[in-house]
Amino acid sequence: MELAIGFILGCCALGAGLAMIAGIGPGIGEGNAVAKACEAIGRQPESKGSVTSTMLMGCAIAETTGIYALVIAILLIFVAPNMFVNILLRVMGA
Amino acid sequence: MKTKSRLFVALDVLLIIMMILPLAVAIGIKVLITPPSEGINIAGARIIYTFDNMPIQPLVITESQVNSWLIIISIFSLCLYFTHGIKVKADTKRQHALEWIVEKCDGLVGQNMGEYFAAFSPFIASIIALSAFSSLMCLFGLFPPTSDINIVGGWALLVFILITYYKLKCGPWHYIKGFAEPIVILAPMNLISEIATPVSMAFRHYGNVLSGTVISVLVTTGLQGLSNILLGWLPGFLGEFPFLQIGIPAVLSAYFDVFSSCLQAYIFAMLTMMYVSGAFPAEDYFKRKEKKKNKKITTKEKLEVI
Repeated sequence: MELAIGFILGCCALGAGLAMIAGIGPGIGEGNAVAKACEAIGRQPESKGSVTSTMLMGCAIAETTGIYALVIAILLIFVAPNMFVNILLRVMGA
Repeated sequence: MKTKSRLFVALDVLLIIMMILPLAVAIGIKVLITPPSEGINIAGARIIYTFDNMPIQPLVITESQVNSWLIIISIFSLCLYFTHGIKVKADTKRQHALEWIVEKCDGLVGQNMGEYFAAFSPFIASIIALSAFSSLMCLFGLFPPTSDINIVGGWALLVFILITYYKLKCGPWHYIKGFAEPIVILAPMNLISEIATPVSMAFRHYGNVLSGTVISVLVTTGLQGLSNILLGWLPGFLGEFPFLQIGIPAVLSAYFDVFSSCLQAYIFAMLTMMYVSGAFPAEDYFKRKEKKKNKKITTKEKLEVI
């Protein structure tokens, strides 16, 4: 019983850590976006305002996949262990 | 310059009180319902009251719902305060500020949505205001309603209904045909991407606000442990004093709470504008309408000739 609960908790933590690997993608993508925006501002300094606002917008959209991973990780850490342990206890009790 | 009448000043004061009172009520509710506990814990919205005798399932009133109602009252009073005593020719600071806000919002909507959707400006302004003020509530230590998926999901559902309405306005047949593009086999994929729009909007906003809260709490807890290790050996009061927790979490809060909240409000409004205006190609619509009209006229003329 203790082993099973420990296994569930450990796997939830591992899963949360693995889910956050998705943070690589937005990191690279946003880095690219900001690099290009810097280039554009360097070439045309007068378009700084519109380039910056477009870049922020694009960054926030590129962030979406990272946010999905984060939501999954948060669910795995704070919600899933409780739920799975409850299921286990109900099955074992019955 | 004419002095303000006593009634005018009294109404002003009343509206300012109405602006601040909901926040005080929210803090009061928070103090009343939060159980005394040791240390820092991360929890979702607390349940304030449950109506049990409901037909489908118990109706649960949570902290996030109450907070969002209170913020609505607060914003309503803010709007009343701004519009109180406006004249045709602006001569007060208040009216200048108000006109600046309205002009900015009209400009934003006109730039992103085009002429046809100019009437959307109040809707977009209210989305920005509601979202930004809801997220900024956490500066007062309150539960921000936007870190609850149910609230943001409701807004995203509203936007989804708007998008579908404008797509159907283009013609029901046009709408159904849009799913079978570029080929018919991809219809399920198009259906999924249609549903993914509101889901991704809701998750983006909620995830950003929630991540700020979670990271701030984790960093604060970590700093607590660190200052215990470093300075815990000092006697008495000095040993318990949170040296490292002064200032450092505030920097995180400035980014996550202030900057990220405002940015997310702006992005939610921006995406709403883009999706709604993208769903309804106004020029195309009017061109087709004109064509239909011309067709009718020509057939009528033909009949007359015959």
